[in-house]
Amino acid sequence: MTETQAGTGEATASPVTPQVPAIELDGVVKEYLAHGEVVQAVKGVTLSIAEGEFFSLLGPSGCGKTTTMRMIAGFEDPSRGTVRLHGQDVTNVPPNRRDVNMVFQSYALFPHMNVWDNVAFGLRRKKTSEAEIKRRVGETLEIVDLVGREKRRPREMSGGQQQRVALARALVNRPRALLLDEPLGALDLKLRQAMQIELKRIQREVGITFVYVTHDQSEALTMSDRIAVMHDGLVEQLASPREIYERPATAFVAGFIGTSNLIRGTVDRVESGNAVLALDEGGRVLVAEASHRAGDPITITVRPEKITISTEEPGGELSAVRGTVSEVVYLGLYNSYAVRLADGAEVTVFQQNALDSSSTAERGDAVWLSWQPHHSYAIGS
Amino acid sequence: MRRVRTAAAPYLLALPAWIWFGVFFVVPIAAMASVSLTTGNLLEGFQQTFSFSNYADAIGQYHTQMIRSLVYGGVATVIMLLLAYPMAYWIAFKGGRRKSMYLFLLLLPFFVSFVLRTISWGFLLADDGILFGPLKSAGLLPADFHVLATEFAVIGGLVYNFLPFMVLPIYVALERVDPRVIEAAYDLYASRWAAFRRVVLPLSLPGVFAGVLMTFVPATADPVNARVLGGTGNTMIGNIIQTEYLTNNDYPTASALSFTLMAVLLVGIFVYARSLGTENVLEAAAR
Repeated sequence: MTETQAGTGEATASPVTPQVPAIELDGVVKEYLAHGEVVQAVKGVTLSIAEGEFFSLLGPSGCGKTTTMRMIAGFEDPSRGTVRLHGQDVTNVPPNRRDVNMVFQSYALFPHMNVWDNVAFGLRRKKTSEAEIKRRVGETLEIVDLVGREKRRPREMSGGQQQRVALARALVNRPRALLLDEPLGALDLKLRQAMQIELKRIQREVGITFVYVTHDQSEALTMSDRIAVMHDGLVEQLASPREIYERPATAFVAGFIGTSNLIRGTVDRVESGNAVLALDEGGRVLVAEASHRAGDPITITVRPEKITISTEEPGGELSAVRGTVSEVVYLGLYNSYAVRLADGAEVTVFQQNALDSSSTAERGDAVWLSWQPHHSYAIGS
Repeated sequence: MRRVRTAAAPYLLALPAWIWFGVFFVVPIAAMASVSLTTGNLLEGFQQTFSFSNYADAIGQYHTQMIRSLVYGGVATVIMLLLAYPMAYWIAFKGGRRKSMYLFLLLLPFFVSFVLRTISWGFLLADDGILFGPLKSAGLLPADFHVLATEFAVIGGLVYNFLPFMVLPIYVALERVDPRVIEAAYDLYASRWAAFRRVVLPLSLPGVFAGVLMTFVPATADPVNARVLGGTGNTMIGNIIQTEYLTNNDYPTASALSFTLMAVLLVGIFVYARSLGTENVLEAAAR
């Protein structure tokens, strides 16, 4: 795991020294009582989020990411463990006394108030002076590009605009951290992509720590400085987007982030730091994995775009396996091949559509799949 | 052809309702308006004389009962509001899975006829009835203590009889408030009181408005509670109208009183709607 220090841009809003993490979770557990049975939604999460970082909690629904966020916001009390904001224990502090603000999935705008009053709500509760409110609300509406729509009601606005109001309503308070719960989930694809860039820009501009909950892996990969992939109440991997994508730590992460191939086998021998897999029908697979010994079962993962498909046995220091093409899908920029290996496992391969189509394999062809040994990793199961 | 039929379908489907409304509301109202301007009596018949003095006479004679009705109806409505809001709030937010059971309990008395319920209130509140009798013999209440035949009994009866009509619309309005919106208020530094005052209360006002409408109007016009629970000094306008119609057969006066009551209630509701129903009030609540 790399401890990525986030690029905070030029403006750092908080006077707190960057050594103190903005948010720390220490062994946080959340248990519910459902039908007389204790259910653990979060089974012990420990992580620390740096000041100014864009941090994502990524996982499928039911993985505990939203519960984790709600414990940071103060809407749920952890059953065990500690939540710290800027070094301060806030585990039992109610949400209205926590210096974090939330952008809700459904926006949760106040339907009876216009845009201005929605955005000014937090400042009014904090008894900010009217002049200061006027200045800051105006400023924030400028950041989210809603100037001129102050008198609109939420229901008179598009989803994208409501999203900006929700963002402004939280940002205007200059919280220590902004919590975003699948904020783009209700928008269509085009708007979502535009808002991703917009959110990233706003985050750079205001320099506030963003904690972003999403089940959309591409969203997390695009925007985050670091990602915690959650599964079944636990953090499976916490790393930079590149590392999560290139080096998934577990089979779950490999499967959840993009398309991934899992190849199972047994270590045949260890050769100059590389484990060599035993394969029945020729070819060889090398894995840079020193901790294995001959006879150990091993699972490796390779991304589909790292694999080359060919009819001849490739030479050199490549890992190579044999298989039969069972499906070819034309996807414009590239073809997607499903190749069945001798042990029955199916491997997906993306191959760019070059002008020279001599390498194109057809359904039913016997082919070789090859990749650079450093593009495959042994993963925990 | 098909398209025309489709376009006309909603109107055709609404036709029975319109006919019903026309036959049983518009026609009787028009007839009553006409009657209110006639003179004569039952034996010699009533002639249409456009006698607007009927109104002046009726109001001159019965303005005490008219004002009393508005006061009783108003006081009962305020008491109902104070009782119903916490009740509806509790069911909507704390009711959990038993919500529908609580609502059913609220409506349970309605399976008994309105008049019968009022009469049993009379038994309950009787000077030596099951409630005050034992208390008096135990010396906890003075012997001349009484509630029946006072305004307390009438207003109490009105509150009891119309309370569910206040609770239900408020409950529906509160139920519809998105819990996330309330959470958002807490997230934005609102105390429990501020979250209620700035978010929950304004969002429930349409329910309060409907509840007041559904209770104030029938409570003010109600003849049963004053008849069963009130004394001679508690006569309400509903009793007068009933007596003029059914006992005195003075149809013009009864009709004129009915129209006056209708006009007063409509004006009152209009003023009330302007002050509560407009967006200006909501804007003010937002601050």
